Amino acid sequence: MTDRDHAVVPAVAVAGITKRFPGVVANDDISLTFNPGEIHVLLGENGAGKSTLIGILAGMQQPDAGEIRVGDRAVRLASPRDSLDRGIGTVFQHVLLVQSLTVVENLMLGGPWSSRLDRTSALARFRELCQVLAVTLDPDAQVGRLSLGEQQQVEIIRALWHGGRVLILDEPTSMLTPAGVRELGLVMARLRDQGVAIIFITHKLKEAYEFGDRISVLRLGRTVGEITKERLSAMSEQEATDEVIRLMFGPTATSEQGEADTMAHEGRRRRRTVVVDRAQPPFLLVRDLSIETRPGESALIDVSFDVWPGEILGIAGVDGNGQKQLAEALAGQRRTASGTVALRNTEITHLSVAARRELGLRYITDERLGEGTVAAHSVSTNLFLKEIGKPPFWWRGITRWDRIHSAARNKIATHDIRTPSERTPIGRLSGGNIQKSLLARELSTESGVVIFNKPTYGLDLHNIRSARARIRQGADAGLATIVISTELDELVELCDRIGVMYQGRLSGIVDNVEGAEIQIGLLMTGAEAA
Amino acid sequence: MAGLFTIDFTTALLFGAVTAGIPLLLAGLGEQISEKAGVLNIGIEGMMLFGAYTGFLVAFKSGSIWLGFLGGAGGGAAVALLMAIFCVWLGMNQIVIGIALTLGAEGLTALLHHFQFSRTYPRLDSIETLPLPLISEIPVLGRALFDHHPLVYLAVLLAFFLVWLFRRTYIGLNLQAAGDKPAALDAAGVDVYVTRTCAVLATGALAGIGGAYLANVGAGLFLPFMTNGAGFIGIVLAMLARGQPLWVLLGATLFGVSLALTTALQVAGLNIPTDVVQMLPFAMVMVVLVLFARHSYLPPALGLPYVRGER
Repeated sequence: MTDRDHAVVPAVAVAGITKRFPGVVANDDISLTFNPGEIHVLLGENGAGKSTLIGILAGMQQPDAGEIRVGDRAVRLASPRDSLDRGIGTVFQHVLLVQSLTVVENLMLGGPWSSRLDRTSALARFRELCQVLAVTLDPDAQVGRLSLGEQQQVEIIRALWHGGRVLILDEPTSMLTPAGVRELGLVMARLRDQGVAIIFITHKLKEAYEFGDRISVLRLGRTVGEITKERLSAMSEQEATDEVIRLMFGPTATSEQGEADTMAHEGRRRRRTVVVDRAQPPFLLVRDLSIETRPGESALIDVSFDVWPGEILGIAGVDGNGQKQLAEALAGQRRTASGTVALRNTEITHLSVAARRELGLRYITDERLGEGTVAAHSVSTNLFLKEIGKPPFWWRGITRWDRIHSAARNKIATHDIRTPSERTPIGRLSGGNIQKSLLARELSTESGVVIFNKPTYGLDLHNIRSARARIRQGADAGLATIVISTELDELVELCDRIGVMYQGRLSGIVDNVEGAEIQIGLLMTGAEAA
Repeated sequence: MAGLFTIDFTTALLFGAVTAGIPLLLAGLGEQISEKAGVLNIGIEGMMLFGAYTGFLVAFKSGSIWLGFLGGAGGGAAVALLMAIFCVWLGMNQIVIGIALTLGAEGLTALLHHFQFSRTYPRLDSIETLPLPLISEIPVLGRALFDHHPLVYLAVLLAFFLVWLFRRTYIGLNLQAAGDKPAALDAAGVDVYVTRTCAVLATGALAGIGGAYLANVGAGLFLPFMTNGAGFIGIVLAMLARGQPLWVLLGATLFGVSLALTTALQVAGLNIPTDVVQMLPFAMVMVVLVLFARHSYLPPALGLPYVRGER
């Protein structure tokens, strides 16, 4: 650090911020400083704790421990109002504008409630900020009619409305066109030059290098590294990218992370050694698969791959890049727009969910409650949910509860489902036990290909271990397996090959060999398109 | 039928239309405030009925019609407070709670009235009207429209006041944001729960005044179940008005006329079965819904409890 750095009073500084949610430590002793006139990039995978930290700075969440300083004073940000009053403005990942109001009405929101609208001074402030950002917007346009880029400009103006000491941008580029991203970059640079401290969150390393003055990397709720302003400006893009990838995905340098890390290492040692026989025909063949998408959701464009019997194919990617759409399209829950899906020699592109199931395709959803199980129904009912009406559990329309319950007791014992009784509503079980029930149901009957969507999401370490063991067992027994996950460690532990989804496309498939993480990381962040 | 519309009949019909329409207007405007803020207030029927009961009781005991209205507002707001606690703060299902409150108010008012008055239905003294100077002298229309209890004029003014409130004040913006995108309001530093609670309480108070008007001015007495669906018609009015108070005013006028026709036709002794005549306003609701329901606008967050941090 130079002397000049010492003279700068940080706009905002957090020290020792810790925030726990049931079962997870979202922020673990995070300390960061954000200086005025600097674009500070926060990088990290899903679940690294970025959103929680933003929520805390925006006053939406309260930390369990730690200190927040604004300027040179320690503050408590108990509500969004507190943050706004201290000049901390946030542009959230999802648009937070009232679509039925006009631009200027949205900006006036939160004014003194007892008075009439002060349009004149609001318009004056609006023009002033438009000038600062060098954007043109119609103050009387209804927000719902604006493009996403324009809506974001309105949000930036709103974030700066009360002073603008600190501007937080949570993944602002995820919904923008390339032109919109360039414009945002110019706006950020302009604000930086005016002395605003900008906190910029992104998944795209290119943007981080291009726009950022300083980069901090979060991983599993901790800060694992920082590239200072001086170092960053001396680095080439390639050097910076390499360093960040190493921080984000590489083996962790410190061994103090406890069981999670030991397990990860243990897992890495247990990388699969089964050799997949690629001489025989693949079991699942996907060619140029595209689906029709609803507005606002990720597309699925021209995805092609094969999965062989006994193989585990991982699908990596930042959340929301089309993984869910892929899973649902394969399961038959979404209509195919173009392309084909085939099981061995049978084309299943236009078959229903039930028909695909009949042919041996299983989909284990990430929404265990709701899509996967009926919370209010008993464990027994849920275990046989997909056999309703069929013998031996149903006989001419009559439910044979005795058979269902006794078969359920068997499954509960063999799959180690911890439940008070087979009649307990499944919604009362823990996530891990619901997942076990789901696996028990889906994997019991004859199947050929299984798609797991985030199989260990939200589970504790013990259940993670057993779920991964189940997946491996299935593949060893010859199932063609697809595992969709946002946790790279998990995929590296389980898979033979790993494909990466980026903006609705499969941007590449990598053999899971030593060092594959780096290439996957590049594909995930769009730094390299295959 | 042509001979039916004599001057006296027309005057009586229009006068009756105003009397019948005012409770609907108050209920409709009240419901509009709740819906704007994102709370579907099905309990408004119960708030109206409870307001009718408390309004009548206060007027009966105090002898003051104005205190009666105040009592009605209090009664309606009390039921609305339950709605706010259950639906806004505890995030429970608005439809279920609304129905429960309506059924509860029906039972409770009938029971309380029975305890107090047994099977007698005491009446209030006839109330004084306030003929507006000059315009009440106009033939036919003057007597029919401009010679009413002052509350009638206030209720009509309220519609115009709400137009101003929705368009020109921060309160209006806050209400709309609470129903359209509550998270945006929260991020702007305004408490969504407080905004919605205030909206629900205002609804309750207005519905209560509407009920009190029905009892004290319209009928001069309280009868169990006397609102007879007026609150539900208010919900229909609010939905069809797409957030515009003046459309509620127009709708209330139409329904007021059809309700008054019911009475007038019975009095005129036409050879139509009474049941058919009494059906008229409800048939009207159905016709209007069939014709215009697809144009109804509902705020995106209507009926959804707000929880900070959830999307």
